[in-house]
Amino acid sequence: MSIEIDHVNKHFRDFVAVDNVSLTFRDGELTALLGPSGSGKTTLLRIIAGLEQPDTGRIRFHGEDTTDLHVSERGVGFVFQHYALFKHMTVFQNVAYGLTVRPRKTRPSKAEIKQKVMRLLELVQLDWTAHRYPHQLSGGQRQRIALARALAVEPKVLLLDEPFGALDAKVRAELRRWLRRLHDDIHVTSVFVTHDQEEALEVSDRVVVMNKGRVEQDGSPEDVYDHPANPFVYQFLGNVNLFHARVHDGIARIGDVQLPAPEFQGYKNEQGQAYVRPHEIEVFAGREHSDALHAKIELVSVVGPTVRLELRTDNSDELVHAELTKHRFRALGLAQGSDAWIRPLYSRVFLPDERVANG
Amino acid sequence: MAATLVKRRVIPGFGLTMGFTLLYMGLVFFIPVGAFLLYTTTMSWDTFWSAITQRQVVASYKLSFGGSLIAATINLVFGALLAWVLVRYRFPGKRLIDALVDLPFALPTAVAGIALVTLYASTGWVGQYLDVFGIRVAYTQLGVVIALTYIGLPFVVRTVQPVLEDLEAELEEASASLGADRLTTIRRVIFPALFPALLTGYALAFARALGEYGSVVFISGNIPFRTEITPLLIVAKTEQYDYHGAAAIGTVMLVAAFMMLLLINGLQWWTSRRHG
Repeated sequence: MSIEIDHVNKHFRDFVAVDNVSLTFRDGELTALLGPSGSGKTTLLRIIAGLEQPDTGRIRFHGEDTTDLHVSERGVGFVFQHYALFKHMTVFQNVAYGLTVRPRKTRPSKAEIKQKVMRLLELVQLDWTAHRYPHQLSGGQRQRIALARALAVEPKVLLLDEPFGALDAKVRAELRRWLRRLHDDIHVTSVFVTHDQEEALEVSDRVVVMNKGRVEQDGSPEDVYDHPANPFVYQFLGNVNLFHARVHDGIARIGDVQLPAPEFQGYKNEQGQAYVRPHEIEVFAGREHSDALHAKIELVSVVGPTVRLELRTDNSDELVHAELTKHRFRALGLAQGSDAWIRPLYSRVFLPDERVANG
Repeated sequence: MAATLVKRRVIPGFGLTMGFTLLYMGLVFFIPVGAFLLYTTTMSWDTFWSAITQRQVVASYKLSFGGSLIAATINLVFGALLAWVLVRYRFPGKRLIDALVDLPFALPTAVAGIALVTLYASTGWVGQYLDVFGIRVAYTQLGVVIALTYIGLPFVVRTVQPVLEDLEAELEEASASLGADRLTTIRRVIFPALFPALLTGYALAFARALGEYGSVVFISGNIPFRTEITPLLIVAKTEQYDYHGAAAIGTVMLVAAFMMLLLINGLQWWTSRRHG
């Protein structure tokens, strides 16, 4: 079931939470709404669910207008960051809740409910917890129960609000891979909100980056990461270095380094900012390329298999962050305080007056 | 070995605070109650039994326990409602009402009793209109229940209010998103969460009503067999220097009240253990 968001606006007093957003989520797709806190992503999700009413704009499920439909009649499964399990009910009763509250006419029989709940508990691999209470489960288990509870009503769309936000790093990584596999099995149109770019890139079919109530970019994870539409997306998706650059006839110059910038064909001597990811900076121990910039290594930090360097170039106040494999770092024989030469391999230039270059 | 006996505690001062607590409990609670029970045991079983089974006394038990139960039940319903309104809605005068809830704690009960009797007497502001319908409040058992309801009002409100404030809105949203209507959500999600607090408030309101004296004696008219509460009989007995009779009735009250509170606490323990 597709979801169509048509020019939706929402404000709280003078705070604009959602600013004229239009989006379409295709049938069976798993989409991440990614953005910093206060970007309006949760509000948008709650508007889709019917937990919040938009000031203007419409929500349509598969072409059918659901804007004025109460949340209880919208057929959505909603998963909350803090699980929102009913504490006084067992796991079984929690999952069965959506079925047992139905009016007698449409309510399945006890045996059917039991069969369905147990099947869902098997799906989330927690059938052995049926008779426990939520407080006896770990955070990751509780969230899986919350998911099973949401799926029990066979929702048309599944909405997850920072579903892994309250969990520790390891459980989080496990659970998101598990969610991905689950989605591949059940194929319900799903939207999940996150502020964690890694999570968004890893799990989803599609990423919608939001900031200040607006959609900054909308595309596949690879697309969004490799071709950020604007400086905000660039900076939000991972670390980035900023260099002063001069753009001239499709070539961007950072110091003596010349990099292709085909989108600026025909531009003459424009000053801009070049965005370079840390892993897109080559580091040398000697002056092997005549155009490389000289820098001093100020800090070396080893994070597992990668080494992160903080370098200061001769003519810059700002630090440059570079990332390379531990293997490569060892081969170079560099250490804290030693001289190094760096060269950006790839950059993306944004001119100050054009926030969004044609990208 | 000795080192394991004198274990170091993370929170220091156990000995001091526990000692002080016991001293306090001893001075203000155990010694007076103990002395009173001891005094009761100086009676013979027969005099004790006849003192507590007089018809007039038995009638007062019925009124005291029955009236207190009714008053606590009324407070349970309306206290929960009031707490709900105070927590969930915003309206002008909310802070004032919130402050007024505690008034029955502060106002001398005699003042409350006199105010109630002035209002509800058949010539009073409210009483004269009720009189038209043949409803008499002052000097009836109904009057007793009203006085007991008044003094028990804050208990349910103040026990339910904080629990309701802490109740996550997400639980209600989750229930609604699963297709439950409002009434079902209240019945199956909100009420069970409030149940322990409601029970505590009920127990407190009941206990308070059982011990109330000041406000009731004014509105009840103290008609033997009809509107006499047990505490009044105890006072009456002491005024006639029948200390044994007073102590005997007091013992019955003490034991009965203790049993009922124990029962309610047990119920609460049982529910909290189930729900964690």
